[in-house]
Amino acid sequence: MPSYVNPEKCDGCKGGEKTACMYICPNDLMILDTEAMKAYNQEPDQCWECYSCVKICPQGAIAVRHYADFAPLGGTCQPMRGTTDIMWTIKFRNGVVKRFKFPIRTTPEGEADPTLGKPDPDLSAIGDNRLFTEVADGVTPAVPEAVAWK
Amino acid sequence: MGKIWSYNPGLPCAEPEIVEKETDLLFVGGGMACCGAAVEAVRWAKPAGLKIILCDKAALERSGAVAMGLSAINTYIGENKVDDYVRMVRCDLMGIIREDLSFDVGRHVDDSVMAFEDWGLPIWKKTEDGKTLDGAEAKAKGLTLRSGAKPVRSGRWQIMINGESYKCIVAEAAKNAMEQMGENGEILERVFIVRPLMDANEPNRCCGGVGFSVRENKLYIIKAKATLIATGGAVNIFRPRSISEGQGRAWYPVWNPGTGYAMVLMSGGKLVLMENRFVPARFKDGYGPVGAWFLLFKARATNAFDEDYIAKHKGELEKFKPYSEASVIGTCLRNHAMLIEMKEGRGPIYIHTEWALQEAMKTMDKKEFKKLEAEAWEDFLDMCVTQAGLWACLNIEPEKVPSEIMPTEPYFLGSHAGCAGAWCCPPDEDWVPDQYKEPWKDLGLYNRMTTVKGMFCAGDTVGACGHKFSSGAHVEGRIAAKAMVKFCLDNKDYTPTPKENPEELKKEIYAPWYRFEQYKEATTVYEVNPNYLLPKQIQHRLMKLMDEYVAGIATYYQTNKIMLERGLELLTMLKEDMQVAAARDLHELMRAWENIHRVWTAEAHLRHVLFREETRYPGYYYRADFPDIDDQNWKCFTLSSIDPETGEWKMEKFPYIQIIPDPLGP
Repeated sequence: MPSYVNPEKCDGCKGGEKTACMYICPNDLMILDTEAMKAYNQEPDQCWECYSCVKICPQGAIAVRHYADFAPLGGTCQPMRGTTDIMWTIKFRNGVVKRFKFPIRTTPEGEADPTLGKPDPDLSAIGDNRLFTEVADGVTPAVPEAVAWK
Repeated sequence: MGKIWSYNPGLPCAEPEIVEKETDLLFVGGGMACCGAAVEAVRWAKPAGLKIILCDKAALERSGAVAMGLSAINTYIGENKVDDYVRMVRCDLMGIIREDLSFDVGRHVDDSVMAFEDWGLPIWKKTEDGKTLDGAEAKAKGLTLRSGAKPVRSGRWQIMINGESYKCIVAEAAKNAMEQMGENGEILERVFIVRPLMDANEPNRCCGGVGFSVRENKLYIIKAKATLIATGGAVNIFRPRSISEGQGRAWYPVWNPGTGYAMVLMSGGKLVLMENRFVPARFKDGYGPVGAWFLLFKARATNAFDEDYIAKHKGELEKFKPYSEASVIGTCLRNHAMLIEMKEGRGPIYIHTEWALQEAMKTMDKKEFKKLEAEAWEDFLDMCVTQAGLWACLNIEPEKVPSEIMPTEPYFLGSHAGCAGAWCCPPDEDWVPDQYKEPWKDLGLYNRMTTVKGMFCAGDTVGACGHKFSSGAHVEGRIAAKAMVKFCLDNKDYTPTPKENPEELKKEIYAPWYRFEQYKEATTVYEVNPNYLLPKQIQHRLMKLMDEYVAGIATYYQTNKIMLERGLELLTMLKEDMQVAAARDLHELMRAWENIHRVWTAEAHLRHVLFREETRYPGYYYRADFPDIDDQNWKCFTLSSIDPETGEWKMEKFPYIQIIPDPLGP
């Protein structure tokens, strides 16, 4: 089911600097029609259905109609992604509905500390086999217990 | 009215502006490996006063194989021995891996996994009384890997996560690291580096990369002392089982066209084990993951008549001793047994989700079962939403009915359960055999450097050390990045000087658009023109010929010398036609270059399959003319390279050296 855009909901991200779906699509598929001010999927048969555009759209304007060559119509998965959780609504072709909620992250957005609280390593360690965290923690990387070729 | 698709115009091409940049480290890619590289490199490069540029074809937040998310981290050593991890990789990949590279990943990988948890990735935990907590509940209770809490193992090496935002979190750390570089660090998103720059003054030396923006008409010439090629595996090289929109539902990310393999070849570097491919048996059509179903929920697979086909073909599998005798039978051998059943007409093959869940129901109360059901659906929703959608479309409730599974079309990768990729330098330590160091004696021993000076690989592009998965790719990026910093410091006085001048590069990179402009009036319909082929047309011809001649699904993965030689003739003509590819817009220019990368990757694969006269990976492909495993002659690496001057291919054997003592598997 490639993604598609509901023209009633899409506002082209109001012509802002960044069209959200176009910004995020890993395969360069989503694109803004600047005349209509609506986004569209420019190559539906290369869509991975990764839902990156569906999740990021501020208007909830993007959904997925599953791949026509093997998915009968009618089933849908629609997410609502927040800052800590994602909610999914699964609708079956026969009308069964299931809802699930899963955590997505445990820290405030933007705060991933790349240093992991470690000081920058001394450059004298550049030639050995320790990563910066291992230098800071005094870890000596393992070597094989026994070596067959020796 | 909406757009009518067959061709929707993308962003228009125009004469590109030339942007030249110079840096110490260039990272090509944006997935797990490059994010790892950024985090590690910054710590060393900043105090050393070096510059870093990272070019991602997409947006870092959702790029690479983990873009959609994952439901498990498949490499976490934890309570295991690294030596046993290497044994597992060796056994699953039929005895031939670079054990030095695998060991190197295994000894560092937990460090990255713990970092992911620090950054906010929810990792499931097991409580003292055996209950399962999701990653958020666990964190709230202070249960972390660092504090010694037990993760939930779905298999010996795998741990379960709530991984919808896995890539967003890992990318955020990489971006925050790059920000600390100030003006010495730059992330260029939507910049597709399409080929390496080679040095004008020194043969076999890479001095950066060249590519273009898929958003604006800019040509990027990035000169670098050290270049990391971490661009993922290769997808849609073979005709896929789906024929229409479903082609997008590749098992591996559809945007991975083998860029790294092509770039190593273009530079004269060596690839290893490019005959290795991965043919995962997955939920049919949706390609949802089966790992958690088999390992965590204990589902069993059968033929149409409820027969366990692995047990049934035990005798057949014995032919492939010792690889069939490990505690976990190799992935390709399990495929082999499945294929016998399919060929003999006893399909479909089922995964019995209903037996597994009904069994679980017996010992669970309603609430516990609800939780289990949610976990089962999350497994798909975290990493393959299509599969959940397909169940909904087909009215499949997994507790009531089984699902079909099927082996997919072939894929190439060095991080997942495959080992195609570049031939890379080992860590310079005394347990590593000298033979493995020998090729780098003159170039310098820099961990993960290819046989081209200054060009490094990580993740899917490193060959002969599979089963790294997301966490291993991240840590391999870190390993490579540290070596790259050392390389830059050791080459302080080097000035990258590309062979070609900017105008020549512009003509080459934008050639498909220039060709389109030149010839577009020769027809009333753009798609059919005697002067050019469009990227999609090149891709379709490639997929068809690979399928039919190089052991795709059409022949049940079988081929022979004569078929391969015919395939090579057809591929050679396709390569000629590829020289006249046309692109109408920036999106298609991207596709044009992706397909160039696909064709190079395909040729490497074909030549490797032709060279290795045995069937090393039954279940992935068969040389019908050499149907057995031949350890006597072929328990060795196969290397390929192209002479950059003459364009001639060279194939060679390289001895495999066992480092970790027997037993073969853990």
